[in-house]
Amino acid sequence: MYAYDELDRTLINERVSEFRDQVKRRLSGELTEDEFKILRLQNGVYLQLHAYMFRVAIPYGTLSSKQMRRFAHVARRYDRDYGHFTTRQNIQFNWIKLSELPDALADLAEVGIHAMQTSGNNMRNVTSDQWAGVAPGEIEDPRIWSELIRQHTTLHPEFSFLPRKFKIAITASEHDRAAIKIHDIGLRLHKNADGETGFEVLVGGGLGRTPFIAKTIKPFVPGRDILSYIEAILRVYNQYGRRDNIYKARIKILVHELGIEKFSKEVDEEWRLMGDVGLTLDHTAIEEVRSRFSYPAYEKLPHMPDELKQAAHDPLFERWRKNSVFPHKVQGYSIVVLSLKPVGGPPGDASADQMDAIADLADRYSFGEIRVGHEQNLALPHVAKRDLPALFKTLDRLGLATPNVNLVTDIIACPGLDYCSLANARSIPIAQELTRRFANHDTASLIGRLHINISGCINACGHHHVGHIGILGVEKNGEEFYQITIGGRADENAQMGTLIGPAVPYAEVADVIEDIVEAYLALRDRPEELFVDAVKRLGVEPFKERVYATR
Amino acid sequence: MTSPLEQKKIKITGPSMVTANRTWDGAVVYRTGQKGWSTELRDAAIVRTSDDARALLAEGVADDVGAIGAYIAPVELKEGGKIGPGNLREQIRSEGVTIDISVPA
Repeated sequence: MYAYDELDRTLINERVSEFRDQVKRRLSGELTEDEFKILRLQNGVYLQLHAYMFRVAIPYGTLSSKQMRRFAHVARRYDRDYGHFTTRQNIQFNWIKLSELPDALADLAEVGIHAMQTSGNNMRNVTSDQWAGVAPGEIEDPRIWSELIRQHTTLHPEFSFLPRKFKIAITASEHDRAAIKIHDIGLRLHKNADGETGFEVLVGGGLGRTPFIAKTIKPFVPGRDILSYIEAILRVYNQYGRRDNIYKARIKILVHELGIEKFSKEVDEEWRLMGDVGLTLDHTAIEEVRSRFSYPAYEKLPHMPDELKQAAHDPLFERWRKNSVFPHKVQGYSIVVLSLKPVGGPPGDASADQMDAIADLADRYSFGEIRVGHEQNLALPHVAKRDLPALFKTLDRLGLATPNVNLVTDIIACPGLDYCSLANARSIPIAQELTRRFANHDTASLIGRLHINISGCINACGHHHVGHIGILGVEKNGEEFYQITIGGRADENAQMGTLIGPAVPYAEVADVIEDIVEAYLALRDRPEELFVDAVKRLGVEPFKERVYATR
Repeated sequence: MTSPLEQKKIKITGPSMVTANRTWDGAVVYRTGQKGWSTELRDAAIVRTSDDARALLAEGVADDVGAIGAYIAPVELKEGGKIGPGNLREQIRSEGVTIDISVPA
């Protein structure tokens, strides 16, 4: 966990007072909605279909049990007893009243949580690998760097009125769990030939109506220079990024139009001209931030404790363990993923009672720490293997042990037309129906790793472009239709999926997905060939044929 | 269900109303014939021409303290004068989400 210092606490508290005054002036009519909108957006407050939606940041996906309990409190006191974990390490409350928002914000500030820059045209929550600091083989904890960037960019005047929103993600592992290639800036921590730690910097990734995979702009930027290099990128973006057309304002469009070589030259020139602007991170500055991250006092534990050997006779436990428990860098410990994708449930939602229970479990089994991943699941990052059987029993009772992590029912979905004012079609009911169709665990296991992503509109909050199967809701003559893409992926080999054909009506989506999955099972060359690899080998034609032959 | 946020020209082709979200709590509200807002769709003022729709919208937009994000939306007039939502978006705003929002506890 990272411990905020006095400066952070003062900043957050002052922000609450400021927002309280802004809300008061808005409700009295002193501020018009036009004047207030930018202020509320800078505090994570959107207007959605039924109510205001409040988006709260979970920096680099790390939460304490105390903070999770406070989310439960906000859900109960100010909302409707639940919250929604998003694809960018935020939580959203869907039914919050503007008049009560300052109180909710103040309650969150008491535990070091805020909503700054969770919306608006500024630098958004810096995200990272949800297994940071515990994943085996990691170069180093990427959250140190996420925090350094967070500190530098929070309320930075030059980054507060960008042409459009700006998102950064960082990974330090070979396997990219942070989806860095679909971010405005993606940072991959690695070491150069001299053993120095630095970043491969990628730029111009993003989804939405014009999707692009990020391109490498520099293969290695030393860690000490990362702030100045990011600043150089943002200065070029601020100077040349389009402000006349919201659909062409993201940095991905600028990178695409200039070309990565020219964009790279512009950034290098800006970087050179900037010279020493006091942004070089010296060892002390880095270590100061590093020292504020606390790590558990792990015990020396056996790789295979007796409790685990005994529990191996329980098939339900074993099924869950094989699916939801992952290796930890410390012997005797595991990372446990808590699926927020129960059969028939809205992906990413957790009730206040569940949040409280997860906080209790974190205290008991995970040194009080919880992680939030972009897949809309949670994780307990430091669970002793001897505790896995007891943890499973409680999670199962809470509806948090669905053994579907990375399987066909581990669906990423945006809120869609049930909540979102931008949506054209519903996402959640599609996800719910698919989880029912594939509820049989044996079937889901037979299918293997398969990521379905659903977005209710072209803005792509459900990351449909990079789903192994992507589902995009569109509107045709007042009716909900869905375009299906296959072959996308969000990891280190990120790529966009390919459209298989004409959009299908709402009622047929689940049937179409079943057809695609059946085609895959028939066509894969061996059980280990993943869906996404089969699509790569075969192309979309066999799947297209299967889907449209009878439609 | 094209988002009304993309509504640029005002041209209605059937009975319509003006809807918005109440400022203090964000609740869905409908512009009434008495220059106020109601949370009940049945209280909505119905307009049938583009000029009337424009006028009703202007009236709603002017009440910035009462409600925000006002726009024109279609309604369905049923037997006995009952007013129903004119599309799925308005159905969801009027009747709530189409899913069971209770999360297993």
